Amino acid sequence: MLELAGISAGYGHFTALWDVALRVNAGEAVAVVGPNGAGKTTLLRVISGVIAPRAGTIAFEGAAVAGRPAHDVVARGIAHVPEGRRLFPGLTVADNLKMGAFLPPARAHFAESLERVFTLFPVLKERRAQRAGSLSGGEQQMLAIGRALMSRPKLILLDEPSMGLAPVMVLRLFDLIRLVRAEGFTILVVEQNVRQVLKLVDRAYLLEVGRIKMEGRADELSEQEFVRKAYVGL
Amino acid sequence: MTAKRAAAGVLLLAVLVAPLVPMGGIRQYVLHVVIQIFIWSFIGNAWSLMGRFGLVSLGHGAFLGVGAYTTTLLWNFYGLTPWIGVVAAVAAAVVLALVVAYPCSRFGIVGHYFGLVTLAVGEVIRLLLIAERDWTGGSLGLTLKTAGDASFKAIQYADKRVFYYGALVVWLGGLWVWHRLDRSMARAAMEAIGEDETAAASVGIHVSRFKLAITSLSAALTAVGGVLYAQYIAYVNPETLAGVGVSLRIVFAVVLGGMYSVLGPTVGTALTISLSEYLRVKFGVHYIGMAETMYGLVLVIFIIFLPSGIYGTLRDVLRRPRNRATAQA
Amino acid sequence: MSGLFDLVVNNPLLLAEAALNGLLLGGVLALLALGLNLIFGVLDIVWIVYVDLAMLSMYLIYFTVQVYGWPLILGAVAGVGLGILLGVGVHLLIITPILNSPPVNQLLATGGLLFFIQSLATFLWTTDHKSVRLALPTLEIAGMFVSFARLIAFGLAVIVMIGLYLFLTRTYIGTAIRAVSQDRGAMALMGANPQKVYLVTSAVGGALAGVAAALLIIQYSVHPYFGAAFGPITFMICVLGGLGNMVGAFVASFIMSEIISIGGVAFSTEMGYVIAFALFIVMMFIRPSGIFSKRQ
Repeated sequence: MLELAGISAGYGHFTALWDVALRVNAGEAVAVVGPNGAGKTTLLRVISGVIAPRAGTIAFEGAAVAGRPAHDVVARGIAHVPEGRRLFPGLTVADNLKMGAFLPPARAHFAESLERVFTLFPVLKERRAQRAGSLSGGEQQMLAIGRALMSRPKLILLDEPSMGLAPVMVLRLFDLIRLVRAEGFTILVVEQNVRQVLKLVDRAYLLEVGRIKMEGRADELSEQEFVRKAYVGL
Repeated sequence: MTAKRAAAGVLLLAVLVAPLVPMGGIRQYVLHVVIQIFIWSFIGNAWSLMGRFGLVSLGHGAFLGVGAYTTTLLWNFYGLTPWIGVVAAVAAAVVLALVVAYPCSRFGIVGHYFGLVTLAVGEVIRLLLIAERDWTGGSLGLTLKTAGDASFKAIQYADKRVFYYGALVVWLGGLWVWHRLDRSMARAAMEAIGEDETAAASVGIHVSRFKLAITSLSAALTAVGGVLYAQYIAYVNPETLAGVGVSLRIVFAVVLGGMYSVLGPTVGTALTISLSEYLRVKFGVHYIGMAETMYGLVLVIFIIFLPSGIYGTLRDVLRRPRNRATAQA
Repeated sequence: MSGLFDLVVNNPLLLAEAALNGLLLGGVLALLALGLNLIFGVLDIVWIVYVDLAMLSMYLIYFTVQVYGWPLILGAVAGVGLGILLGVGVHLLIITPILNSPPVNQLLATGGLLFFIQSLATFLWTTDHKSVRLALPTLEIAGMFVSFARLIAFGLAVIVMIGLYLFLTRTYIGTAIRAVSQDRGAMALMGANPQKVYLVTSAVGGALAGVAAALLIIQYSVHPYFGAAFGPITFMICVLGGLGNMVGAFVASFIMSEIISIGGVAFSTEMGYVIAFALFIVMMFIRPSGIFSKRQ
């Protein structure tokens, strides 16, 4: 479904990604893991069109999308749940979800999508009239994912979903992501929490200092040195 | 002796002897225009001390007005020589600057917000001057009480050449201050503050102190400019000193000429005043308002198409070949 | 303060009348403040020229109604239409090229436009004050004299503000506008083309200026420097209420208008303004980010 080749990108004089290649097949859940500052967020931003790559190609369902503006990429079916959630704090939960379904095709199926989100995340239904800024961290993450689902995407990009959440919440969150995946969505998740995310996905890539260092099936990768290192905290 | 230094020397010489060169009838007019250029360049220079560090003030007319009216009122009502009056003028301007800059600095008011606040302050001063019409003369303004054709004590001279050299000295003084600030630690600190306040604060830069210092300095110098202008024109008026138009004009001249170079404000002021005079002469009496309309149009076009000003754009164009060479190295 | 004390004790009716007039003025000022805030909230750019756009609409209404004899309603609609056109025009021609320029350039761009418009108006229509002469009565309510025009203007202003509120909270694009003002980048991730949101915002801002123009022209005369008279007070209201804060602007409009009105009657018109602005300076010292802002 998604194919990156030779992607280089950065900010100003600084290059964050060098010659990155990866692939996500339809129905898969793929992770990109790596330490802080590896370029993971930049990678997602390049895919969703927030920043343009300096070199390389991105093909989504066969169409070239590298360098296309964000609203265009979203229209094609990629939803990006950004780092830090970036909810609209002054808007209610319901309004945030409404904004997720901004595009006409999504708006046409608004009621249906809303029902699905409320079924997956019942707490959002409870708090639908509450200001998004006053939700707890876990609830905000659920809202962020729910908002992405409202656009009826084909591919969901998740940027560090576990960030800022208590460990118990992280486990619950990954369970919920499993449910989302079970609904048939293809997922590309970027995470620092290596152990947990590898339990969730089919395949993973290791990104370090802007380059793909390793790739493979999740169960194989969990045996690798770097995962054990991450666990022990070396 | 580089070519640049030589050229500067020749220019300086030309400027120094200009008033003595026979010019016939137009001399008074030329001197008048050049004196205005000196004074407003000096004021623009003062503004750019703040502007180049991200503190965009749209209300510098407030300091002009405070400065000019202080000396004028002290002279008219108390016979106090403006040589002493200017001290009071500067003090008043600095107090106003601190009143505005302190809360803005504490609450992190920058950018558009700061511009709007200063715009409002300029208006407050203008309206205050009009409201207190009993002693300020209101919107009709105040004429400097005359002390004859040549009074050192009152700084009043009928001979424009005196003001020419006086303004020249003040203008050079302003350039010197700009140059000294540029070379000092303060400049590096202010740039850091301009880029990222929090980062600057975290390395120990006392953000508030620098902002207050720069604002006070800028206000003080602007007030001096206002005093000089008042003495030269021998008349003060709330609109010509503290109006929004004046404040905007100062900013325009500096941005057009280039905020980040010592001569930028001067180049910009010279150009805008020349443009203004040209348009006034061309359209003047026949089509009232057309000159100003063209002026506004030119300014908007310049801002959109030449964002780094004339000086800045020229410098970029001249620098580019050199940069390419080093990049390849 | 003797003037005010005198007013309260000896002439409470005059005070009440001034308070009422202040309220009515505040309603119209609020439209201008809200329009300016709306645009700033979304685009992060202050349109210094905003009130001058209203001035142009006022001239249009003057010409259509007073000179060409259109009915006032039609003239007002034309005024609002011009407001929308101006809003969109300014955005496309002036704002879009400088969207990513440093703040000083952005401020100067709208500032330069201010020069241009004020001078153009002087050139085209001279500095004469022009007014729309309406035979609207002055009502007497409980001993106070109130201009009917003022009353209507206030009523319409309130209706428009309610409409604005509904637009911003109930419609899709209105909620999107609020969303963008809270997080510009995130809205792009929802598939919203930022340019489209900016255009709608500018159009709505322009429309508000147009409505304000219609309400102002029946109370005041128009001249090229109308913006110089009403602009600064609008800016001050916005800063007092907190730039970008719609509720703050609404409240601040009435605070300012009351002070101007009551101060104007207790002392003098200019003093009224001076006191209002003095309050502004005091507020600056205490809380420059506006009365409703949260403490940093």
